[in-house]
Amino acid sequence: MEWEVVIGLEIHAQLATKSKIFSGASTAYGADANTQACAVDLGLPGVLPVFNEEALRMAVKFGLAIDAEIGKRSVFDRKNYFYPDSPKGYQTTQLHHPIVGMGHIDIELDNGSSKRINVTRAHLEEDAGKSVHEGFGGMSGIDLNRAGTPLVEIVSEPELRSAKEASAYFRKMHSIVTYLGICDGDLSQGSMRCDCNVSLRPKGQQEFGTRTEIKNVNSFRNVERAIDVEIERQMDVLEDGGTITQETRLYDADKNETRSMRSKEVENDYRYFPCPDLLPIIIDDNYIEAVRSTLPELPDAKRKRFIESHQLSANDAAVLASSRTLADYFEIAAQAANDYQLAANWVQGDVSATLNRLEIDISELPVNAEQLGRILQLIKDNTLNNGGAKEVFNALVALGEAGKADSTVEKVDALVDSMGLKQVSDTGAIEAIVADVLANNPKLVEGYLNTPVEKRGKAMGPFIGLTRKAAKGVNPQVVMEVLKKKLEELG
Amino acid sequence: MALEQDQVRNIAELCRLQIDDAQIAAYQNNLSNILELVDQLSAVDTSDVAPMAHPLDAVQRLRADQVTESNQREHFQQIAPATERGHYLVPRVVE
Repeated sequence: MEWEVVIGLEIHAQLATKSKIFSGASTAYGADANTQACAVDLGLPGVLPVFNEEALRMAVKFGLAIDAEIGKRSVFDRKNYFYPDSPKGYQTTQLHHPIVGMGHIDIELDNGSSKRINVTRAHLEEDAGKSVHEGFGGMSGIDLNRAGTPLVEIVSEPELRSAKEASAYFRKMHSIVTYLGICDGDLSQGSMRCDCNVSLRPKGQQEFGTRTEIKNVNSFRNVERAIDVEIERQMDVLEDGGTITQETRLYDADKNETRSMRSKEVENDYRYFPCPDLLPIIIDDNYIEAVRSTLPELPDAKRKRFIESHQLSANDAAVLASSRTLADYFEIAAQAANDYQLAANWVQGDVSATLNRLEIDISELPVNAEQLGRILQLIKDNTLNNGGAKEVFNALVALGEAGKADSTVEKVDALVDSMGLKQVSDTGAIEAIVADVLANNPKLVEGYLNTPVEKRGKAMGPFIGLTRKAAKGVNPQVVMEVLKKKLEELG
Repeated sequence: MALEQDQVRNIAELCRLQIDDAQIAAYQNNLSNILELVDQLSAVDTSDVAPMAHPLDAVQRLRADQVTESNQREHFQQIAPATERGHYLVPRVVE
């Protein structure tokens, strides 16, 4: 049978506030266990939550970025359940009146087209603490530093039709929240996590099949892999005439399989009710418009501008606009050199390769955007050839690796001088060098002259190498021309 | 509205309360009475009344995003039954 895949994602994004959603404890990552869990986060008797205005502003900003309805009156509810990493016995969240209503984003598909995915809602809630099950002598250790960190939970409509689409959607959301600066987007620290709802139905059928939910997937790659193996598993069950049990599953990346979480004896019954400790949040049009005025250029708009105003290919534009820091870096370099294509090639070439090799973010690259811009300028005015430009670039990277990073633009020019990379384009000087090379290598010349004319292009290689060795930084194009002329003169 | 005995057991489970079978009938009766008492409100015509999320006619006050709390771990952990290396210890929970 032909099956249709139906996927909906719930993405949790930690908001980049300094303090928690309802308390003044720090949200900084990596602190010693429980040093950032205050009386409110611990749910001690007699405390009252007070809502963080920045969390509200960030959620509204997100809503506006996905063109969503903003809830002018939103309400916090209590979702009741017992788990040791949630000491209050409930999670404060928003059920019926979320801050962000129906919105949408567009994802790009492999065939170059784009697809609109509707976002059902996004609501504010608090994160839970962390449980550590190993190393505590058969007990579980609880660290509540994360408890109370503000989250937006972004719920998509079940409109994704493949693991690839799901991963593209997750990437796009990542790109949007990091552009907005409302989430640091660090997946390795759990700043964004994703629950994937997956079901299959016979193609053409209207009703949805029974779904399973894969909890807490934390990388783009794993979203794709987890969904793919879950689709396979469900298909096997259904093809064999079995039925899917609605359940929560975990993805094991090492084994590349999903497995059922121990089923709870009693089905979840969260007994939601409006939180009596928190009043409704009322915002007006002025507030919303003030937040709207702070929206940056978003990834789609930037991508479009790169293509339309700077003639980049759709692929180049998509890669460069995917991250705001990368896009900013690119654009500063491109403007300095007044050449967007050259900058695009470099950022996707040497810059990206270096980031991958050193496993660092663009913000940590020892060559800043102004310096790259200067290098590109020097290529443009023929001071540097491509090889020389790479040498300067690598020298700056090496300085950074040695802890001697120099972020000044002047350092680029200083390196060009000290490394003798200035390109010799003066034909007279090159002619003299070529003449020397030919005079010093009579055997090579003889070999060349004995080569049939149609194969001489290739036979010129050794002379180019020797010339460039004899004079570092000679303009290769001029070398070619001069060599051709000189060799032709010989026969 | 009268509760079934199974509903009483379910509520107890959700609340993590242990009750003996011998007590169930009494809880069933008491809880059902409470529900009946509250159910009297259904007699009021509320068709013109907007649903209310909070009894106070007020709006949530907002707090500036500033870190105002300092580390008081030692103080808080004095009342914890067990701690180790800064963690609160609980009976092992693994999903």
